[in-house]
Formats: sequence, C-alpha cells, structure tokens
Amino acid sequence: MIAFGSWDMPVEYSGIVDEHMAVRTRAGLFDVSHMGQIEIAGRDALAAVQHITSNDASRLAINQAHYSALTTPEGTFVDDVLTYRLADAHFMLVVNASNIIKDFTWITEHIVGIGDVVAVNTSSRYALIALQGPVAREILQTLTGVNLTDIKYYWFTSGEVANVRVTISRTGYTGEDGFEVFVPPASAERVWDAILAAGKSAGVVPAGLGARDTLRLEAAMRLYGNDMDETTTVVEADLGWIVGWKKDDFIGSDVLRKQKAEGTARKLVGFEVLDRAIARHGHDVYVDGQKAGVVTSGTQTPFVKKAIGMAYVPADRAAVGTELEIDVRGRRVKAQVVTTPFYKRPK
Amino acid sequence: MYPSDLKYTKDHEWVRVEGDKARVGITDYAQKQLGDVVYLELPEVGRTFTAGDVFGTIESVKAVSELYSPVTGEVVEVNSALAQRPESVNADPHDTWMIVIKVTNPADMNDLLDSAAYSDLAK
Repeated sequence: MIAFGSWDMPVEYSGIVDEHMAVRTRAGLFDVSHMGQIEIAGRDALAAVQHITSNDASRLAINQAHYSALTTPEGTFVDDVLTYRLADAHFMLVVNASNIIKDFTWITEHIVGIGDVVAVNTSSRYALIALQGPVAREILQTLTGVNLTDIKYYWFTSGEVANVRVTISRTGYTGEDGFEVFVPPASAERVWDAILAAGKSAGVVPAGLGARDTLRLEAAMRLYGNDMDETTTVVEADLGWIVGWKKDDFIGSDVLRKQKAEGTARKLVGFEVLDRAIARHGHDVYVDGQKAGVVTSGTQTPFVKKAIGMAYVPADRAAVGTELEIDVRGRRVKAQVVTTPFYKRPK
Repeated sequence: MYPSDLKYTKDHEWVRVEGDKARVGITDYAQKQLGDVVYLELPEVGRTFTAGDVFGTIESVKAVSELYSPVTGEVVEVNSALAQRPESVNADPHDTWMIVIKVTNPADMNDLLDSAAYSDLAK
C-alpha cells in the first residue's frame, strides 16, 4: 500500500507484469474510487462547461462523455477531465484525485456570473470500479440486465450491477475495451467481489496503481502531474483533439488558437530507447549535445517489452524517427521519436 | 526462508563464500521490494570494488536500485545471461547470482550477517 493523496492504494496485487498482462489478454479490476467527481448543473450548465473546459461539450448527447481539459488563461492544464453529460443541463467532470479541491475551487470561481449554474463536489458519493480487458464485456454482462453491447465507446448508462444501482461507462485508462462503474460507496465492496467472482474462471485479477500506470503509458494516455500540468499547454501536450476549435471562446482559448496557428517551441512526443536502458520521469533529453527537454513518463513496459516513454522536445525535433539522447543517471543513451500509441488493441 | 549457507548484507545482497571467492546476488526481500525486475546493469570482468561500492544497477518496472558490493575484490565472473532473463531474480532470488568477486580483503567477510541475523533485519 502507498499513500496516494489521502488514499491508501495498492501499487500491485500479484505483480505489475502479471496484472498488466492480465488486462491485455483477459481482464483486470481496478479500484479507482480516488478519482473525483464535480457536478455542474442549472439552466446555464452547458455555457459554464463550455467556458471552463477546452472540448466542445455542446456536441455531447445525454449519456455521452469525452476527454477534455480544465484550462488556465495561459492555455495550460488546471487538470485533465472526463466530461459526462448526465442530462441536458447537468454535467459531471471526473477529475484527478490530487486535484479535487483545486479543481472545485477553480470551477466555482470561474462560473461566477455565468447565470443559473452551480457546481457541487460529489466525490464522496461515488466509488469507481474499472473492469478493463478483452473479456471485460462478457464478464460484466453476467451481472447486469443492461445490454452492454449497446453502450458505445465513451457512452454510459444507468443500470444495475450485482443488484446495485450504478452508472456504467464504456471508458478506461488502459487502452483496452472496458467499463468504469460508478457505485454508491456502501455497495462498492459488493460490486467488487461480484465482478471478481464472475471473472474468476476467465482469469480476471485485481490490478493496482502500478499496472494502471504501465497500461496507460503503452496507450500513450497522459498522466496529470507527469506529462502535463499548469506549466504545459494543451497544444504542447499534443492534445489539440480535445480542443473544440469551432466553439466560442473559453478560458485560455486565445493562447491555444495562436499556438495552433503558429506552432509551439516544444511538443510532447513518444519515444523508444534504442540502447539498453530505461528512461524515467525527470531524465533530461539532449539534442546536439544541448539539454533540450525532459522525460515526463518512462519505463520498460510489460506488453510492448521495450523501454518507452514520453518527453517534451523542441518542436523541430518532434518528427517520428528523430534521434534523441537521454541522460539516464549520467549515461547518454540513444532514443528515437516513435508514433503513439505504443500499443493499440486489436479490433 | 534465508538459506543458512549464505551470508547477507544490510543492503539486501547475499554472498555465497566459495574459497577465496564470493558469489553475489540479491535477497528475496530485495526482489519483493523491487517488484518485477526488467533490467540489470552489471560490471565487466576485471573491475575492482571496495566493500560498499556500487557494482551495478537493477531496475524493476516501478523503480531503480543500486547494487552494492558486499566485499572488496576483483570481478572474475559475470552472469551475463541474466540480461536475457532478468525475471529470474524474482523467480529464484537466492539461486540467481550476478557476479563473482575474488576477495582481496578476507576481513570483509566478518562484517556479513548470517541467515538468522538477516532474517531479523528483513522482517
């Protein structure tokens, strides 16, 4: 167990490699109840969400979700979030555990004056259980009357799992098909146990923070605090696809539009280490002998079986195939910019 | 748990004394702390180390750790096959050796712990 914010969370159960491979080949069950929820509701809820987040929430149907950024006036990240449209004028942002209070304070301060809208920190109302992997659907299906095949990727529905009223969302942070189930905390253990029991014969295992990190890295999904934060913009993080370029202005949109048009000095890229070494968070990146960037995430991952990672590099060194040097504890090792994601699940 | 025919260091290496040589690996406690080992950096044959020197690096998915020489001497053998199967450190820690050192300061041996003393330390 490690302290993660105010939560005690397991880094691993049976081992990071074992759990990682289970998710890639069967399924893994994650307790991600530390994630926060902030709900935004009222007649002007859409206008509020449009103002504070980068993606175009007007394009969300009820029961649909998307990835987005809570932005600063500089176009950087207060946080990265999933925005759920619960009803026409009711949204839920799923936010990082360590940012709940910061985000909630930020949101309440920045929706003042928008009109009829209120934000509520509802984090304590939900436990969040994620079942991820190629057999996730068939296992969860044995516990619910909801036809899971009908829930498309990044859609959700209310229903029941193991006779508990829940919200079932076809989302995840692993690069696999899977579901995240929002559960009343008092029933979380019951749902957890039911899913593990239902998945036992199929080889479903509990998975911890360690595997969550290696899985999301193979899928090139960003981790707030590592790959982006309040010092890096949405465009620099190469997440232009979560900006609603056609929507009205939002916090930081002027900076982001300018960066999109004119480019940025640096960009987040994926890399593979060519020498035998593992680059990790914080290692310096060198180009032509000059320090030119930093590794934001990196390890040897279990499925891809390569030392991979992400790093900010000068924009003119961001093309796939560009050679980089990384200082791994005093030794300069060769790396190469590669296409991301590092892993893509078979269709 | 900790074989009585091995000696141990407080840095969680084990030593098998073979005449004037010391065969070195890391303990079960160390591999458990590290988790899945994916990479080892070991020295070349001929390198010399003083007891307590860093002789190599071991990396798991989640962490990097240094390897400390339990004794003073010269590296006479390196388990280079480990590069291809670093996971054997997890599977079989007390039978997975990393280097063999020809001991030049036999007095270092007196500083090593026996299995009972190490068991107390690794609780």
